[in-house]
Amino acid sequence: MQTICAFDRLIPGRGVAALLGDGTQVAVFRLLDDSLFAVSNRDPFMHANVISRGLVGDRGGEPVVVSPLLKQAFSLASGACLDDASAALEVYAVEVIDGEVRVGARAEVEAVA
Amino acid sequence: MSKLVVIGDGMVGRRFLEAVVQRDPSWDVTVLAEEPRPAYDRVRLSAFFDGVGAEELSLASDLPGVDVRLGEPATSVDREARVVRSERGEYAYDKLVFATGSYAFVPPVAGADLDGVFVYRTIEDLEAIRARAAGRRHGVVIGGGLLGLEAANALNLLGLETRIVEFAPWLMARQLDEAGGGVLKQHIEKLGITVDCGTGATAIEAVDGRLRMATNRDDLVLDTDLIVFAAGVRPRDQLARECGIAVGERGGITTDLACRTSDPDVYAIGEVAAMEGVCYGLVAPGYAMAEVVADRLAGGEATFPGADMSTKLKLLGVDVAQFGAFDGPLATTYLDPAGGTYAKLVLSDDAATLLGGMLVGNAEPYPLLRASVGGKVPGALADLLSSGEVEGTLPDAAQVCSCNAVTKGRIMGAIAEGCCDVAELKACTKAGTSCGSCVPMLKQLLAEGGVEVSKAVCEHFTQSRAELFDIVKVTGITTFSELIARHGTGAGCDLCKPAVASILASLGGGHILEGEQAALQDTNDHFLANLQRNGTYSVVPRIPGGEITPDRLIVIGEVAKEFDLYTKITGGQRIDMFGARVEDLPKIWRRLVDAGFESGHAYGKALRTVKSCVGTDWCRYGVQDSVKMAIDLELRYRGLRSPHKLKSAVSGCARECAEARSKDFGVIATEHGWNLYVGGNGGFTPRHADLLLSDVDSETLVRTIDRFLMFYISTADRLQRTSKWVEGLEGGLDYLREVVVDDRLGICAELDALMEQHVANYADEWKGVIDDPEKLQRFVSFVNAPEAPDPSIEFETVRGQKFPAGTTARSHAQPVLLGTPERK
Ligand code: SRM
Ligand SMILES: Cc1cc2nc3c(=O)[nH]c(=O)nc-3n(C[C@H](O)[C@H](O)[C@H](O)COP(=O)(O)OP(=O)(O)OC[C@H]3O[C@@H](n4cnc5c(N)ncnc54)[C@H](O)[C@@H]3O)c2cc1C
Ligand code: SF4
Ligand code: FES
Repeated sequence: MQTICAFDRLIPGRGVAALLGDGTQVAVFRLLDDSLFAVSNRDPFMHANVISRGLVGDRGGEPVVVSPLLKQAFSLASGACLDDASAALEVYAVEVIDGEVRVGARAEVEAVA
Repeated sequence: MSKLVVIGDGMVGRRFLEAVVQRDPSWDVTVLAEEPRPAYDRVRLSAFFDGVGAEELSLASDLPGVDVRLGEPATSVDREARVVRSERGEYAYDKLVFATGSYAFVPPVAGADLDGVFVYRTIEDLEAIRARAAGRRHGVVIGGGLLGLEAANALNLLGLETRIVEFAPWLMARQLDEAGGGVLKQHIEKLGITVDCGTGATAIEAVDGRLRMATNRDDLVLDTDLIVFAAGVRPRDQLARECGIAVGERGGITTDLACRTSDPDVYAIGEVAAMEGVCYGLVAPGYAMAEVVADRLAGGEATFPGADMSTKLKLLGVDVAQFGAFDGPLATTYLDPAGGTYAKLVLSDDAATLLGGMLVGNAEPYPLLRASVGGKVPGALADLLSSGEVEGTLPDAAQVCSCNAVTKGRIMGAIAEGCCDVAELKACTKAGTSCGSCVPMLKQLLAEGGVEVSKAVCEHFTQSRAELFDIVKVTGITTFSELIARHGTGAGCDLCKPAVASILASLGGGHILEGEQAALQDTNDHFLANLQRNGTYSVVPRIPGGEITPDRLIVIGEVAKEFDLYTKITGGQRIDMFGARVEDLPKIWRRLVDAGFESGHAYGKALRTVKSCVGTDWCRYGVQDSVKMAIDLELRYRGLRSPHKLKSAVSGCARECAEARSKDFGVIATEHGWNLYVGGNGGFTPRHADLLLSDVDSETLVRTIDRFLMFYISTADRLQRTSKWVEGLEGGLDYLREVVVDDRLGICAELDALMEQHVANYADEWKGVIDDPEKLQRFVSFVNAPEAPDPSIEFETVRGQKFPAGTTARSHAQPVLLGTPERK
């Protein structure tokens, strides 16, 4: 897990991008209820690293981010694309410790737990 | 090539030419036209007095291969030699079509040829009436039928005290019975127009620059300033008569159901035709004839399908309609003299079939009733007659749009194929495109066809955008979270958030990235720039009216060079710089703001550009200063957030170099001021803007645009451009004019105040960012590495400039249509 920024730095209802040590880009979102989600930043359709700039909200209760390029919605929880079953985002682990946001690959978290 | 000659370029002639060119463009067509201008919409002729110019009424269309010879009437036809002659030439034909229409009938009254006596048929007639009316007070219309009432309405509009003299015992005697005519008279008199029925003019004489008209009532001698004859029309069959073609007993060129005259190579269509002895004085049957002959010329077998003579008109708010049979075996009536309504339904003797009827004062059930003629009476008779409320469904064969002969079946078919609003139905079936009286019916059929007309913004709000706008305005709610908590459900989405952000901004919500608003903005608004395919942004500074000094041009060049940006002149008369990295945006804008540039809002649903032509400053044709007006308008409305983007343009004369009529609001200079056009669109569904006002001064122009924009912003749907909004307004352009010019809803003061507030609160969005460290923090690629650029973004060079990597490969993946010139 890697610390990326202070929790307070995140705007409720918006995302930021973080660059991990291995060069992967992760999009981290803080929702209005202060819950956090992390998914890959790369848009699987246009291959640009912009998912962090998408709008968040819900579809039938499922929290989603909408790609700013061609507007497909992705589940923040599972990464699945709700408009095209063939595409999905990678999901990352995210937590807050001492007011700092930490992000890591899913596998890392499971190993720790 | 076979030669086709058409005599007359009126409404029907023009429709015929279009149909011929569409079906079989191989004809070599010559049109001899008496009038000095191409065909125009005679049905809407009276709109000329509402400020609708001749150009606006024009039906001129691009007709390849057709030689229209304006101002050159045919003078004779030689059927032996198969030529038509005019004073200027001789035109051979294989087929000849008469489309000469009618002339206004003037009864043989002494003095009918005096100055100040007019008819009501052409634009020139109306121009002459207007010139005569200037500075005078009184006018008389002879004739109380459809045409006479229109003429009276026009004189009334010109500010004359108006009197109608009608020979028949009541008004509109051809369409209404005595009771109906009586109720109509009440309405007309309430408008200040005097009506004398049962008498006619007997002589006119000139007295001291005015006119004195005697009638067959000794006690009725009228002193007046002008007289308009609207006493009926007669077919213009003279030429046909002279060359030996058969004409009917009561005039008109005799034809069969295929529009053939007594000479098999000669056809007659429109008002001049006496089809099986009947002349039709309406445009719809004429259009049907035009289609029949076009089909025949292409080898088809079409025949005239029969005519629906139903009429509906609205004069100064009085509805009158008549449909189907005028009288019959059984009739039920409803009369409310106090409320000013009268209704009559004509039924078969078993009361099972509707044969026709008439409505005065309230014509709401007209579309459904008209379409039900020949079928069951829709709904309960009593309700129908008293409240005008109707329900029930129509058979598929019922004709819904009689102007364009469209049946219900055709419309339901179009709906099944995916038409989902009135505008689409108009485009694909032509229904509703002429008189418009069937539009309410189209709406009903959309609902019947199961088209969701829900205006809900999204799954989180059941309200329409307009309703949310009202809620925000009335409650003063300033945040999305409060709005969704009180009036919606869930967490919101990419549909409702930007819509609400726009509403808050339109109502003066401060900087769009302030506080909670930041989370609502679409990503372009969030970064105040347009996102590109590779994750970089484009930068568009405002260049009001397209006018820019050399020094500022140099700044743009320097900035583009320093930050290595691709540059392009846009279609909006300004310059776009592409390929900016998100972390460079504030630095780029610091430079631009220091040089005096502001945000161009290319990213926002907001005012984009007001294009201009050079106008009086340089152009030899310019009649007003279009550049200054464009700059003034752009500065006034810059930053104004709206349901969709807004574009405008100002042209210095009617040549229209700024393409103002393709804009949401377009301004064209005239000798006397400005014409204002609204509801234009380029884009997916191009539409020319409609004339809202003509010849107004700058102040009236700006005030009207203020109101138009604020009315649009208050009531349009999410992502509805003004073109669709104007088309969807019930009552259309006239209604819009009543609201923003005549203040019919009493909301103009409020609209004015909203615009004042916008103008007073405007501040440049980019300046607001570069001066605010907290907002600047957001402009980074990575929250944990603010200085690092996104390493995945790469570029390549094409035509001497930078492009996203892969551009060349992408262009090769698609078919290459054009080669570049060989290099020497
Ligand atoms: C840059 C420019 C093309 C150019 O190189 O000339 C352009 C570029 C874009 N246009 Fe446009 N349009 C540009 C002039 C036009 C024009 C011509 C005009 O304004 O005179 C039209 C037709 C006129 C009209 O809007 O009625 C036009 C009709 C559209 C439409 C279709 C709108 C419609 O109602 O059908 C879209 C899509 C939309 O807005 O939903 C669109 C959308 C776009 C977007 C925003 C697409 C996007 O989301 O990426 C492009 C972004 C530009 C960028 O990243 O900076 N653009 N676009 C022009 C910018 C003008 C400016 O200075 O602001
Ligand atoms: C004020 C007004 C309101 C109306 N309202 C309605 C309405 O609400 N609904 C409706 O259905 N109808 C209405 N009408 C009637 C409608 O306008 C006519 O039915 C329609 O215009 C007929 O078309 P047309 O082509 O047959 O004749 P026109 O439109 O009259 O065209 C005939 C053309 O032929 C030209 N011409 C004649 N002789 C010659 C020649 N020798 N050589 C060359 N050219 C020649 C004429 O100058 C004219 O331009 C209205 C008419 C008027 C005047
Ligand atoms: S619209 Fe008229 S004034 Fe403007 S540039 Fe064109 S010709 Fe000149
Ligand atoms: S009935 Fe006139 S447009 Fe449809």
